[in-house]
Amino acid sequence: MAVLTFEKKYRVRGGTLFGGDLFDFWVGPFYVGFFGVTTLFFSVVGTALIIIAAAQGDTFNIWRINIAPPDLSYGLALAPMREGGYWQVITICALGAFISWALRQMEIARKLGMGLHIPFAYLTAVFAFFTLNVIRPVLMGAWGHGFPYGIFSHLDWVSNVGYQYLHFHYNPAHMIAVSLFFATTFALSLHASLVLSAINPKKGLPVATAEAENTFYRDLIGYSIGTLGIHRLGLFLALSAGIWSAICIVISGPFWTRGWPEWWNWWLQIPIWRGL
Amino acid sequence: MRDNTTNNTLLALGGVGALIGIGLLFTFERPPIETVQGGFRGTSMGQVYNPRTVNRLAAVNQVPPAPEPADPGGERARDVFQNVQVLGHLSVEQFNRIMQVMTEWIYPRENIADGCNGCHVPGNFAAEDIYTKHVARRMLQMTMALNSTWQVHTQEVGVTCWTCHRGQAVPAYVWSQQPVSSNGGGFATGPGEQNRPGRQVGLASLPNDPFTPYLWRAEEIRMQGRDQHPRPNSRQSIQQTEWNYALMMHMSTALGVNCTFCHNSRAFSSWEESPPQRLTAWHGIRMVRDINNTYIEPLRERFPPHRLGPLGDTLKVNCATCHQGVYQPMFGAPMIRDYPELLPPPEQRRAEAPAPGWVAGPRLP
Ligand code: HEC
Ligand code: HEC
Ligand code: HEC
Ligand code: HEC
Repeated sequence: MAVLTFEKKYRVRGGTLFGGDLFDFWVGPFYVGFFGVTTLFFSVVGTALIIIAAAQGDTFNIWRINIAPPDLSYGLALAPMREGGYWQVITICALGAFISWALRQMEIARKLGMGLHIPFAYLTAVFAFFTLNVIRPVLMGAWGHGFPYGIFSHLDWVSNVGYQYLHFHYNPAHMIAVSLFFATTFALSLHASLVLSAINPKKGLPVATAEAENTFYRDLIGYSIGTLGIHRLGLFLALSAGIWSAICIVISGPFWTRGWPEWWNWWLQIPIWRGL
Repeated sequence: MRDNTTNNTLLALGGVGALIGIGLLFTFERPPIETVQGGFRGTSMGQVYNPRTVNRLAAVNQVPPAPEPADPGGERARDVFQNVQVLGHLSVEQFNRIMQVMTEWIYPRENIADGCNGCHVPGNFAAEDIYTKHVARRMLQMTMALNSTWQVHTQEVGVTCWTCHRGQAVPAYVWSQQPVSSNGGGFATGPGEQNRPGRQVGLASLPNDPFTPYLWRAEEIRMQGRDQHPRPNSRQSIQQTEWNYALMMHMSTALGVNCTFCHNSRAFSSWEESPPQRLTAWHGIRMVRDINNTYIEPLRERFPPHRLGPLGDTLKVNCATCHQGVYQPMFGAPMIRDYPELLPPPEQRRAEAPAPGWVAGPRLP
């Protein structure tokens, strides 16, 4: 990776969140920092535990390796290593690594005098994981409600959770989340195609300006959200998709125990059309 | 730049949104909830219950106290009474006991048409001049079959008249064919009234009558292919899956369980990966077809019109008739133990193969 000539100017000490100038240095292009070290620690320990747990399982088929949470009978207590304990420690390591990574993003942003948009965006994904494997299990009273670590096994988990509520497409928050995921890719494709069409012209042709971009959408649909606005919209859509995904799973169980189609009964009971 | 009106409009919109949001909160349930593990840890197979709903269900799914057992010795009913065709093997004391409880289970009210008069012409117990007596006799034979031939399904819990009737002449959960809705169903309604939410299919927009094809006729329920390509004329179509789904929604809500009670959803069709309950359910489907075809529908001519559905067929049985929202009727209380009168006579007690008539079921017009 090219080290830019003005790099020196930004490689400033300070701005750390914790521990003064402990580990406040770079290795090659990478900023280390205290949270770089904790990230490394948690990911190495977590990965090692995954390998050990896998070695004690019954397969090395990469698709089928399965590190499952404890039986529901353990509730919110610690389980023996081979009966879900690995899953519990790996979950702690995963959260340790994810959160360290976000804090490292924060430190770098502070050094550069930037906003904290990136760590907050990233933390939204971490929050979804935290919801799945901490908040929801706690609300349901057992770690066993978390998803297992394994390629096939976590997909099977997703499928069964869906059918525990008979027809998951009727989950209102799932509906919103799915719509937002589609809207995100839609906005991204509109934006990316617009930018490429303006600033990546054929050889020899001039680059078009932001005015051209704005005019395109004004001519097309009467309104252009603008160069800054499109990024606000994009981030809003993407983070909302993640947040509504977390909502759609946390309400399944703690706040709704029956089939999702039944939830819509309130809608059918609205007096205007109840008799029809 | 926002002026005051824009601000006020935004505020009003936000207020309305917040109100709707708060209102919606009341449509949900709340922790604590109860869960029962169903498969290997981490598969997320198992049941999720709201304990408050379970308490409510437990309160209404009670077994009535059983009267003192009757002495099985002494004179046989067939030798004492004039017109006894099914219960003749009982002792007189047992016979009277079962008449008594049948009355409490089906015609418990005080008025003139209830009590013994529910099934008897006043003053002549031997007379056949009331349709309910004939119906009750077939019901007795059916109940005996449910407790012997169909023990693969009913097991030690067994079935009594109470299992379905619960103190009412017509059980609370029955079905019959329904006319296509009078207001046309709307442009989005598909075949089988699909897209009209139906309580019997868990309020999903699925075909509304999975009972006629699957619990009256014996249409093939399974439709997943065994190989990659659908074969010509096979039943594998998206529409077919909707009918299957409708039945599965009914079975799930009738039992108050979710799909993972009977399936590991990674492979719905695989029997090896399914919990044992799926096999019980498989027998249950055949049992219900037998109930409807052998016992109830042949009584069509006997019933007065107000005991039939709008299209003239009988009020038939589905999974909810016995289960009433519970995974085992009355939470598995082994009620049959207290009513040996409802077992077939000892010489018939060996499990017989079901009569061949029900297998195909009648063709409907
Ligand atoms: C749910 C319907 C039903 C009710 C209610 C009912 N019975 Fe019966 N009863 C029958 C049937 C069916 C038979 C015929 C049994 C058979 O053929 O084996 C019968 C037969 C009898 C007989 C034998 C008559 C004969 O000589 O052949 C007597 C006696 C009798 N019932 C008494 C009573 C009394 C007393 C009550 C009220 C406590 C009562 N029953 C309530 C259905 C009923
Ligand atoms: C599997 C469920 C089931 C069981 C068990 C059952 N019944 Fe019924 N019974 C029904 C259904 C369904 C009907 C309504 C049929 C209709 O109206 O078309 C019915 C109707 C009747 C009726 C007619 C009621 C009326 O007023 O028209 C009588 C009498 C009756 N049952 C007696 C009995 C007796 C006696 C027993 C026990 C020996 C019994 N049933 C067990 C399902 C059951
Ligand atoms: C009470 C047990 C039970 C429940 C609950 C249940 N099923 Fe089934 N399911 C069965 C049985 C039994 C069969 C096979 C029926 C037959 O062959 O007659 C089956 C068949 C199926 C099939 C067809 C498989 C094939 O080989 O083609 C699908 C798909 C299916 N179920 C989906 C579901 C879904 C989705 C749910 C939840 C809404 C569900 N089931 C709930 C018992 C159940
Ligand atoms: C005549 C009454 C009756 C009807 C109708 C009925 N069941 Fe049952 N079912 C029972 C009884 C009784 C039991 C309890 C047997 C036992 O000990 O598991 C039972 C048990 C079950 C079980 C096993 C539950 C467990 O905990 O293992 C399943 C699954 C089941 N029924 C599915 C069905 C389905 C699906 C239908 C409809 C197609 C149905 N049943 C209709 C009476 C009925």
